[in-house]
Amino acid sequence: MTKIVTENLHLHYGENHALRGINLNILTNKITALIGPSGCGKSTYLKTLNRMNDNVPNVKISGQVLLDSEDIYGGTVDVTKLRKKVGMVFQSPNPFPMSIYDNAAYGLRIHGVKKRLLIDEIVERSLRGAAIWDEVKDRLKTPALALSGGQQQRLCIARTLAVSPEVILMDEPTSALDPISTMKIEELMSELTKQYTVVIVTHNMQQAARISDYTAFFLLGEMIEYDETNRIFAAPKNPRTENYITGRFG
Amino acid sequence: MNRAMSGITGKRKRPADALLYLVIGLFTAAVFAMTMYFAGYIFVKGCAGITFALLTTAPNPIIRTIGILPAIINTAYIILLTLVFAVPIGVGGAVYINEYANKRKLIRVIEFTTETLSGIPSIIFGVFGYVFFCVFLNLKVSLIAGALTLTIMVLPTIIRTAQEALKAVPLSYREGAAGLGASKWYMIRTILLPNASSGIITAVILSVGRIVGESAALLLVAGGSAMYLPKGSFFEQIKNSGSTLAVELYRYAYSRGENEVGFAIAALLLIIVIGLNLSVKLIGKRLKGGAK
Repeated sequence: MTKIVTENLHLHYGENHALRGINLNILTNKITALIGPSGCGKSTYLKTLNRMNDNVPNVKISGQVLLDSEDIYGGTVDVTKLRKKVGMVFQSPNPFPMSIYDNAAYGLRIHGVKKRLLIDEIVERSLRGAAIWDEVKDRLKTPALALSGGQQQRLCIARTLAVSPEVILMDEPTSALDPISTMKIEELMSELTKQYTVVIVTHNMQQAARISDYTAFFLLGEMIEYDETNRIFAAPKNPRTENYITGRFG
Repeated sequence: MNRAMSGITGKRKRPADALLYLVIGLFTAAVFAMTMYFAGYIFVKGCAGITFALLTTAPNPIIRTIGILPAIINTAYIILLTLVFAVPIGVGGAVYINEYANKRKLIRVIEFTTETLSGIPSIIFGVFGYVFFCVFLNLKVSLIAGALTLTIMVLPTIIRTAQEALKAVPLSYREGAAGLGASKWYMIRTILLPNASSGIITAVILSVGRIVGESAALLLVAGGSAMYLPKGSFFEQIKNSGSTLAVELYRYAYSRGENEVGFAIAALLLIIVIGLNLSVKLIGKRLKGGAK
């Protein structure tokens, strides 16, 4: 099943033509990895999926992004509701300077959840979902910034899960983390696909190969090749893909 | 090449360096000594004059006693009113410039204006305040006119300091909030302002320092005497004229020749300013510690 359909998506930052006609389908409850060298447009593409580029000055977007057949750039779309459905985890862990509990509850409060018991319940469920509950359950009221980098990133995932998204975008979520924290987050990701559709940007090709079901290779603002991850890494059709994944450039 | 040149041992003393250290040391000592002498002189001469009666009574010309309670009350009123006007406007302005204004030119004009305002001598604000607030808006010479004039004076400080504090809030927090669907205003309320609060508090305390120390402008717009304790309702009180401690200091020391009272007020003001500066440092430290 297709969750997100991208049709002929172009994006300009001023003079810079950053995305050049992207056509890509993201499948429901799968992990799709976006790979490619720096500046290829993979992060920019990821951010178009929850309209995080909206506030960038001089940005111009054309083409279509359909989430469950609805155009997310349509005139009547409420960005708040869109981002509730399409959550995002960033490159470096960015918990807010408040308690662990308040971090996990932040999104719920945005969306107007007020009942104390309900918030408690969802906070616990999200922290469990992000595999960090056991580590923090006795210190929910302590500052989130006291956690280690890996724990902070899992808290950020929990924060995203708390608003019950359908899609989770991850922008190099482990690039600032040590190998053990990375492993924990990778394990978590495959767990997440039971309920969520995951799109991850990664610089780490082993990571893409390990965790993703589908892989899209970006180069210079174009989507060069998209296929099942096994096939992309075993038998890429495009020579540029092959050059990249075999380490000849990038 | 000898051994001392090729190795890392054998530190050579340069006479020019030694001289420079000496000169810098002397200057430092001179600055320190002057400050200490100045503060010490005022404390020694002033603290003796600070009595319970002075602090808690109004002047009584019949029995010839002097009290500065009315001036203390006027000062408190002016601080309170000025902050009530200036903090919301200043912080709101800083939030607007930092978060909403996207016209570079407009931002530069505002920043240039605020910087220029902060360099203008206070008496000019006094003249403007008199013409605009006292005469044009018909507020007469009053505490409220004084507070409004001071509002214009402290706004640049508040705006710039608050702006710096807002700029210091990491972009990643804003992104994180936006990524969860927070509206800009929600993000400002829950992330930006709480994180910028230390800077905003610093701005407030610096402003209080400026308010406490202002005399020239207030003499024109708020009045030059503090003989009576305020009467009537709050609004009646702030519509009356009255002088603050700094203005009283000027009057006692200059026109009445009451030097002891002048020194007592000077010592009191000094204590207030030092107290304010210490609290700025303390709050800065506390919030820095809290962020880790």
